[in-house]
Amino acid sequence: MRYLCLIYDDERNWAKMPRENADAMSTEYFSFTESIKKSGQFIGGEALQPTPTATTVRVRSGKVSTTDGPFAETKEQLGGYYLIDASDLNEAIQVASRIPSARLGAVEVRPILEFASANM
Amino acid sequence: MSDSAAAGIDAVYRTESRRVLATLIRLLGDFDLAEEALHDAFAAAVERWPAEGMPANPRAWLVSTGRFKAIDHVRRRAKLDELTAINGVRLHWSPSMESDPIDCIDDDGVEDDRLRLIFTCCHPALNPDAQIALTLREVCGLTTEEIARAFLTPAPTLAQRIVRAKAKIRDAAIPYQVPSRADLPERLGVVLHVIYLVFNEGYSASFGGALTRHDLTAEAIILARLLVELLPEPEAVALLALMLLHDSRRAARVSDEGEIVLLDDQDRSRWNRVQIDEGLALVDRALTSRRFGPYALQAAIAGVHAQAATAGATDWSEIVGLYDVLLRAERSPVVELNRAAAVAMRDGPEAGLALIDAILARGALADYHFAHSARADLCRRLGRTSDAVASYRRALELTQQEPERRFLEGRLRGITA
Repeated sequence: MRYLCLIYDDERNWAKMPRENADAMSTEYFSFTESIKKSGQFIGGEALQPTPTATTVRVRSGKVSTTDGPFAETKEQLGGYYLIDASDLNEAIQVASRIPSARLGAVEVRPILEFASANM
Repeated sequence: MSDSAAAGIDAVYRTESRRVLATLIRLLGDFDLAEEALHDAFAAAVERWPAEGMPANPRAWLVSTGRFKAIDHVRRRAKLDELTAINGVRLHWSPSMESDPIDCIDDDGVEDDRLRLIFTCCHPALNPDAQIALTLREVCGLTTEEIARAFLTPAPTLAQRIVRAKAKIRDAAIPYQVPSRADLPERLGVVLHVIYLVFNEGYSASFGGALTRHDLTAEAIILARLLVELLPEPEAVALLALMLLHDSRRAARVSDEGEIVLLDDQDRSRWNRVQIDEGLALVDRALTSRRFGPYALQAAIAGVHAQAATAGATDWSEIVGLYDVLLRAERSPVVELNRAAAVAMRDGPEAGLALIDAILARGALADYHFAHSARADLCRRLGRTSDAVASYRRALELTQQEPERRFLEGRLRGITA
């Protein structure tokens, strides 16, 4: 099973964080990523630029509208993701709980919708 | 069919149907398919047992018949490999579909399946309402209509809750397994919480006309017994003790007219001694494990009450001491409130009132009717009538339960008369 782990936290915390804490966090992320690569659970993952860089695009009646900022204003923003391979939800939860940001924000674990054609 | 054959199948249904279902869920990897298979297996039993005689191992017969019927069913709906492609997730945890199930249905295996079923129904990734509904439906075998009636929820709402939960189990691949040692404390906590919520809904129905709904307390006790049998962890033992000790007072808690009788005023000869003796023994067993938690402490408190021959003989110092330990384990305003009530009994109403006022002043429990009725009661005992009236009125505004309302109105009439 593939699961997408969406990492949400308050991006202002990152901006406010003292240098050494940010470095420690980065090191933790690095070693976490290494560990799930080694275990074969890692499929992909990226960190995102903060929401001021976001652009929301909609098409209505054939017309493209572009607005500044993320789709929803929330206290915690999508800051990155991991796509993982896990045998079941318990294993996925176990991996998600080791993502460093889970301690500060939250990780949403979503199973990937597999289409039949993908298996054939 | 002869009456004795029918009675035999009926008895097997009562003792084995939940076990057979739990094993079929593992073998087939799908709740709905397993329920259908269970139904088909018993339909086949009704047809064949009267003529052929009951098999030596009815459980194994039912499991393999149900499994056979389900596979047959699935094959008729689609070729198996096509189905695997379309419903890859559904068959995800059913590697044993083609293996011989007989070796999986020895007694230990079956009991493991029941435990798996409990942990799957109480998985923390499921919505709490769905955990309760699914547990009562799959583990206890209650019908959707029975659960809906017990929780005063429309049956379609409840049915939808169950459908959604099953869909999540399938689509998110919630595994059918007993959690690992590392996860056990948290996961067992959810199971115990679900059982206790079922019990409390029955013991002190949060709304509606009747004070208690015995069907739910009975189901909760059956569930806890099953859990203790399968996984005798101290907190599971303690929860069973707590529920037995509370339930032992059932006959004395409500008057013949359906009115509330407070602990102090209960006819203790109507307490169920069998439940008390079993409960006290279980409290001891939990406490001596030295790995006890909040349920053991609450059960110990209930045990102190159960051992007092009269209300006046209650050892309030012991109870306050147990609440002190409980507060350290579980800092909750409700526990603080209960401790305050015990302090009032030990040191007098003034001391208890000061504690309750401090809790309310912090803004905690402002909407909890028991906090206001407890405050009202202490004010009444201190002769502070206008304070008592105000607090009884506040409690009345907050309660949603008919007997509680009548009780509070009675108290209000008593002091304003």
